[in-house]
Amino acid sequence: MRANYRVEFASGIFLLLGIAALVWLATRATDYGQDIGKETYSISARFINVGDLRNRAPVKIGGVTVGMVESITLDSVSFEAVVKMSIATRFNEIPSDTGASVLTSGVLGDRYIGLEPGGAPDMLVDGDELFITQSALVLEQIISKYLFNTGSGEKE
Amino acid sequence: MAASDKALGKISGPVVQAGQCLLFLLRMLSGIRFSGSQILTVLQQTYLIGARSLVIIMICGFFVGMVLSLQSINALEQFGASDQVSLLVVKSLFRELGPVLTALLFAGRAGTSITAEIGLMKATNQIEAMELMAIDPIQRIALPRFVAGVISVPLLTAMFNAMAILGSVVFAIGVMDLDSGIYWSKLQTGVYFQKDFIGGIWKSLVFGGTISLIAVYFGYSARPTGAGVGTATTNTVVLSSVLVLIFDFIMTSFLT
Repeated sequence: MRANYRVEFASGIFLLLGIAALVWLATRATDYGQDIGKETYSISARFINVGDLRNRAPVKIGGVTVGMVESITLDSVSFEAVVKMSIATRFNEIPSDTGASVLTSGVLGDRYIGLEPGGAPDMLVDGDELFITQSALVLEQIISKYLFNTGSGEKE
Repeated sequence: MAASDKALGKISGPVVQAGQCLLFLLRMLSGIRFSGSQILTVLQQTYLIGARSLVIIMICGFFVGMVLSLQSINALEQFGASDQVSLLVVKSLFRELGPVLTALLFAGRAGTSITAEIGLMKATNQIEAMELMAIDPIQRIALPRFVAGVISVPLLTAMFNAMAILGSVVFAIGVMDLDSGIYWSKLQTGVYFQKDFIGGIWKSLVFGGTISLIAVYFGYSARPTGAGVGTATTNTVVLSSVLVLIFDFIMTSFLT
């Protein structure tokens, strides 16, 4: 009986250690629990081009993350990208004439959405749409424009 | 006629064995009762094959984490991207190295001992004695070991990963002086819970089931001689290692 008890104790310790390792890995080394909070409201914005913006990309105001990208879909009529974002409810005083632009962190970093608050007195509420938007800068297009311009300049 | 029969036997042999293995699994699973004594034996086996494998898993994990960061820092430094080392190390650990290496170590450490133990029971007529006492040896001997294996491998994988991250932290932050804040924040933004973490757990569950099933089946079907047990033990390691790598490919193509 005594030996049995020790075996049970050791296997119990093993199980607990394993589960503790799972929890530690999930919370410390993945994006689990990195959500912006349970209470959110969603807003949307239309862009001509979102570049390689992905779901769960951060939404920032002044560099501080206030929400994340919920979904990216294509409007089948206007062929614009419709980006739905969820914003944490504690940031519920964002003016309704806020602009949104798809930005890049660093030269080749990840895409995120930057909000630039306007000055309107009424605030964004759930389901609102942002009308002032700026599409992603696509590096290839900028480079090709630059090359094209200098090329034609030298000819003349 | 005899020659063609032999050839047919060579081809159908593995198929028959796979079928026997499947029937063995079904017979084992039909014996799950959730009774107190059954849970107790499962716990005992979890200790014997899980907890006793802990030390080797943790040491190996630690050094795998160290060598992974050493290699990737060397490679990434050339591009000035050594900040990305944690992402590279942890993603490869969660998705591939953790489950696969743990499974291979488990097959060597625990799979062999299961096969040898059951094979020896058979060689010393203990299995027959149980049948005479109207105890189903498959449910009494094989089932607890199988269930304990399925429980143990994911937990061992988690501890392997945790120790590997620790090893990587020791090397990357302690030795190479990378910034620890960047190290962890890269993980918390770049490693996806669903895709990377849960996918790895699914893999390790499948690997645990595969190895344990092969181990108990080969032990149970071993020829009851010293040489027979030896062959069965070798076959366990070989087949479970090969199957782990094959299933790894199949599961990766489904999960991503």
